[in-house]
Parts: sequence; structure tokens; C-alpha cells
Amino acid sequence: MEQREQDRVVPRRFSARRLVAGIPALWLTVFFLVPFLIVLKISFSEARLAIPPYAPLITWRHGLPVPGIHLAGYAYLFTDPLYLRSYLYSVMVAAVSTLFCLLIGYPMAYAIARASDAWRSFLLMLIVLPFWTSFLLRVYAWIGLLQNDGLINDVLLRLGLIHHPVTLLQTDFSLYVGIVYSYLPFMILPLYANLEKHDMALLEAAADLGARPLTAFLRVTLPQSLPGIAAGSLLVFIPTVGEYVIPTLLGRTDQIMIGRMLSDEFFDNRDWPVASGVAILILLALVVPIVLLQRVERSNLETAE
Amino acid sequence: MRRRGLFSRTALVVGLVFLYVPIVSMIVYSFNNSRLVTVWDAAHSPTLKWYGVLLSDNEVLDAAWLSLRVAICAATASTILGTLAGTALARFGAFRGRSLLVGMTTAPIVMPEVISGLSLLLLFVALQQAIGWPQGMGAVTITLAHISFCMAYVTVVVQSRLAGFDESLEEAAQDLGARPAKVFWRITLPLILPAVLAGWLLAFTLSWDDLVISQFVAGPGSSTLPMVIFSKVRLGVSPDVNALATLMVSVVASGVVVAAVWMRHRQKRRERDAQLAAAANL
Repeated sequence: MEQREQDRVVPRRFSARRLVAGIPALWLTVFFLVPFLIVLKISFSEARLAIPPYAPLITWRHGLPVPGIHLAGYAYLFTDPLYLRSYLYSVMVAAVSTLFCLLIGYPMAYAIARASDAWRSFLLMLIVLPFWTSFLLRVYAWIGLLQNDGLINDVLLRLGLIHHPVTLLQTDFSLYVGIVYSYLPFMILPLYANLEKHDMALLEAAADLGARPLTAFLRVTLPQSLPGIAAGSLLVFIPTVGEYVIPTLLGRTDQIMIGRMLSDEFFDNRDWPVASGVAILILLALVVPIVLLQRVERSNLETAE
Repeated sequence: MRRRGLFSRTALVVGLVFLYVPIVSMIVYSFNNSRLVTVWDAAHSPTLKWYGVLLSDNEVLDAAWLSLRVAICAATASTILGTLAGTALARFGAFRGRSLLVGMTTAPIVMPEVISGLSLLLLFVALQQAIGWPQGMGAVTITLAHISFCMAYVTVVVQSRLAGFDESLEEAAQDLGARPAKVFWRITLPLILPAVLAGWLLAFTLSWDDLVISQFVAGPGSSTLPMVIFSKVRLGVSPDVNALATLMVSVVASGVVVAAVWMRHRQKRRERDAQLAAAANL
């Protein structure tokens, strides 16, 4: 009797579960996974003047499939030094920005994690709040601050520190300021989540055993916070490599980043195979960081439970 | 110990100043009569001139209306999909395809926007060729594109909220004979409701704010608000954008204040209820 009851219930639950997991999985397959396969496909096809502006990979001739795989797009990317330079520049900009976010964000996250309960939620809100206001407008604000007749030059001139306006906008400096500014919360939040869980008794034990604060930090706090550092750094590094808005508004005009290259190739040159090739190359650079991020997040989640 | 506390606190204050100076500067200059950032036209300021310019700009108003419609649809759809995915990931244990679902829900968060935008546009073009849908690029394609990256965020928010609860309540309801669907509606959903609401707001903000993906999948003639702002600010500072920024910051800030007051109120009521219950037990 009881056995039959179970038989009736289990399949129903089973199918409901399949629906709950299946609907979002189906959506993401269609709108996330399949698009990448299309990008991959088009990166191997030949550009031509048509709508859409690329040739099909397989054409049928006398009932037989004729593959038309072209590596011209990739050959172009590897022979024109413009692309390679832009590619390396983007990875470098992302790495340096990540380092600056870490150097600025770590002490901030540390101070929040050690603040009293009442302060802590207020400070966290202050960190998250800019995230809720327009990213584009916050980047735009820096134009007003950094341009030649902007606020920063004005203050420096009035203080007599400089006698002519310094070019700050459209330099590496303004690019780094914009990126660090925009991505700092992505570094602080995972670091805070990690630092907040630390057992203060360990630091006290270290102090009791005669460790100086710096030694205790380097030997106890820092090693324990490595998962937080990894999560924050990856959350900053990965999207920064392909950043488009910040370099377009604040970055150099003589050296563009790879995300901008992709966009220009697509919209201005209307070369879809080359744009797709650029996308595939960016993804190749990001596969390892993305897999690492998923590992880190999973282990962070497991230690949380 | 004390000296390091001092260092990190100083860093925190400096960092917060760094985060807020640009926002404050936009608010201040939105009331400046002069077009130049450095010139504070004291004779004619503060002024609401740029707010007038902004609100009589039909291009901006049309774009804001489109962005609002897209954001509401995208946030609602992505909240439903994200809640399903978050529930599956947090409650179903190991199931076939779980790691694929994990991958597909975390990757869109970090995926460079140019790649998401390009791949979605190529998908829409391929679909058009194959089945003749969607017809043309516009509000529909922008909404579809936004749902995919917004739902990833909702999934993370819902999943981590569920991870914070053990399953004992749900198991108890099940032991008392409630069907899984009923358990979800009566137990799970009320528990995760704050996370679902937060996820909706986050999704709305992300959709409202998105520039790059929209630029790829919006056809000619449909411009979202960020697209209009971007074309304005590419040419340099324009004071009516400061006015727009101020309006948007005000909405967010008042929303946060309302939420904080409401949460404090709820907390207090809960404490009072607990006290009453304790008193009744005595």
C-alpha cells in the first residue's frame, strides 16, 4: 500500500523537477550556448558582399556537400600587427587594473569586515550603491573631472602645483582610473565575504605567541583570504579584457582595446568573419580564467555551507 | 594592530571619496548655468535650465520610454527563469546537466559584453533566415538579449539565499503530506521572496543600464536611453546629461532609503512579536 503510494508520487516529482531545471536550461542553451556556436561557425566562413555578409560553410553541389572552411579571417588577425598589439594591450590593461583594484579594495574590504555591526551594513550599502546607478553615467562623470578644463586641472592650477593644464583624458591614466573606479565593488564584495568569516581568535593567538601585526597579517589573514582574492580578481579581470565603454570614452585614441576592435570590425568594416574571429580569440584568452572562477565560486559556496 | 586598523580605515575613507566624487560632481554641475565645468556661473546658478532642456528633448524621452518597457519585461522574465534555475541548483542535489546549468548561469555575468552582443545578433540573424522570426531588430530582440544576462544574476541571488536555509522546513511540509508544488508556493517562495524581489530590481537596473548588448541587437530606429546618452557624451560633456544623472541617482537613493526604513520597521515588529510571544509563554 505504502509502496504504491510512493510509486505514484515519485514520477510526478521527477517530472516537475525536470521542468524547473529544464526551462532555464533550454533558454540558456538557445540564447547563450547556440549563439557561440554560430560565432564559431561564422569565424571560419568567408566574407562577402551580401546580406548576411558571409558565405555559408557548406554549400550543396550536385547533391553533395562542399565544405567551405576559410581561415582567411584568422590569418588576417595573426598577420596584421594591429590586432596582436591591441590583444596584448587589452590583457595588460586588464591585469594592471586588477592589481590596482586589489591594492585599493583589500584594505577597504578589511576595514568593513572589522567595523562594528551597525557600521558594517551602512558601509556595505555605500559600496553597493554606485552599482545601482548608471555605469555609463559614472564613467561619463570622469570626463568632466579629467578633461583639460576639468575640475582636477582647475584645482591643480589654482593651488599653483601646475602652470598649464595637464592632459589627463584619453591617456592610459584616465583609462585605468575609469576601470578601477567601475570595477572596484566587484573586488571589494567577494573580499569582504571572505574576510568577514575569519576567526579573530587566530589573530589573537598569533599575537599571544608574539607575532607582530604585519607578520600575523602575512601569515594568518592573507593566506586565508586567497579564495576571496581569487574571486575578486577574476571578476575584475575577465570582463575588463573585452571592455568597450570605458576605453571608448576615457582611453587612448592611438591604441584601442580588443573589445573596441571587435565592435569597429563589425559595425564600421562590416566584416563579420573577422569580428567573430576576434570574439573567439578573446574567449580563448578567457577560458582558463572563467573555469578558474567557477572552481573558486564552487569552493567558496561549499565552505559557506 | 591599532596602526593597521588606522591604515585600512584611512584607505576606506579615501576609497569612498573616490567612489562618490564623480557622482557628487555631476549633481552639483547639473545646477550650473554655464556649459563649462570649471566656470561656476554664480550670477545665474543654481538653475534648473538643464532639467528643462532634458525634459523637452523628445529623443531622450522616447528612449527612456523604450528602456522602461524593455527593463520591466526583461526583469520579470529573467526573475521567473532565474528563480527556477536558482531553486534547481540549490535544492535538487546532483542531477544530469547540473554542471552545464552552473556554467551557463555564471558565464554571462563575466562574459565581455561585446561578445554577448555579437553572438546574440548573429543568432537573431540566423533565426530570421531559418524561420523568419524575429522580424527586424528592435524592442523584442533587445528584451530577449537582456533576459539572458539578467537571469544569471537572479539565479546567483536566489541560489545563495536558498543556500542560507536548510531544507528542514520544506522536508517537514513534505512529511506532512504537502505536494512539491505546494511546498514551493507555501514554504520556499515566501522564504526567498526578498531575494526574488532583490533579483528583479537588480535585473531591472542591469537592463535599464545596458549599452553594449543593446547596441548590437537594436535595429535602426530603436534607441535605448543608454544609447542616446552614449551618442551625446562621445562628443564631450553635455550638461543635460548631468541633469539626467541627478534624476537617476535621486530615484535610486530614495528607493534605498525607503527600503532601509521598511526593513528596520519589519525588524522592529519581528522583535516585538518575539517579545510578546516570550511574555505569553511566561
